[in-house]
Amino acid sequence: MTMSLGPYASFIVTSYAAAALVVAILIGWVMLDYRSQTQRLRELEERGITRRSGRSATELR
Amino acid sequence: MTLIDLANPTRFLALTARLLPWLAAATVILLAIGLYQSASAPDDYQQGATVKIMFIHVPNAWLAMFVWGVMSIASLGTLVWRHPLADVAAKAAAPIGAAFTFLALLTGSLWGRPMWGTYWEWDARLTSVLILFLMYLGLMALWRAVDDPSRAARAAAVLTLVGAINLPIIKFSVDWWNTLHQPASVMRMGGSALDKSFLIPLLVMAIAFTLLFVTLHLAAMRNEILRRRVRSLQMMQASQKAA
Repeated sequence: MTMSLGPYASFIVTSYAAAALVVAILIGWVMLDYRSQTQRLRELEERGITRRSGRSATELR
Repeated sequence: MTLIDLANPTRFLALTARLLPWLAAATVILLAIGLYQSASAPDDYQQGATVKIMFIHVPNAWLAMFVWGVMSIASLGTLVWRHPLADVAAKAAAPIGAAFTFLALLTGSLWGRPMWGTYWEWDARLTSVLILFLMYLGLMALWRAVDDPSRAARAAAVLTLVGAINLPIIKFSVDWWNTLHQPASVMRMGGSALDKSFLIPLLVMAIAFTLLFVTLHLAAMRNEILRRRVRSLQMMQASQKAA
């Protein structure tokens, strides 16, 4: 499929590219933050620091 | 499951773990459909192909306000009901709302240049959305600046509720003042002014972006709960060392 975007193609393409980039940054931030927090919790638990309930702090279920 | 049941972070994390894969899949599918429909939509008789920017700009502009609305309800949860996850919800939503507001401003600017002949105009709609963006940044700075999470939560909740005054100003700015921005064309008295060939892709993209927000918000809330567990374990470690 070929698509003609006319004389203002650069404005259209930049809009979609910027949206894709910002959404990718948001997804990356959420994923990296999750990895970082679970890693820190694991390190604390390995040092014997556990929750009062005795359950793992990384337990999601 | 009621809202009270979700006050238990462990139960909330379990629900999030079950929901996230489904939400992510639904978001990807709807975004793909929306992008295909946006690419296939005809050119506007006045705007030509630049009308395609609308399919990105309008969902982001709606979400910029919707996310602040979600944060306002969460702030009521913090101040009135003292729901344990209310502050988590508000704090996790702020960076996502800021990103959507930034995209609304950027794509609006990129749409404005070919249509209005300028990237920016200090009119009521554009200025009030810029203020919304600055308020998001201010809130994020406030959460970082105050060490005590419960004090930060209360201060942020008050600021969020005060900032909610800006939402009707944004919505009705195009009616109350003379602005370069066009008046509402989808949600207005007498029905949408858009032809179905534009309205359907726009609504699909709006639902897709809303699902994207819900997915990212749940994931960011899960991260915030884990961050608070890290903090409480670190405090336990510090008190054990002191003893």
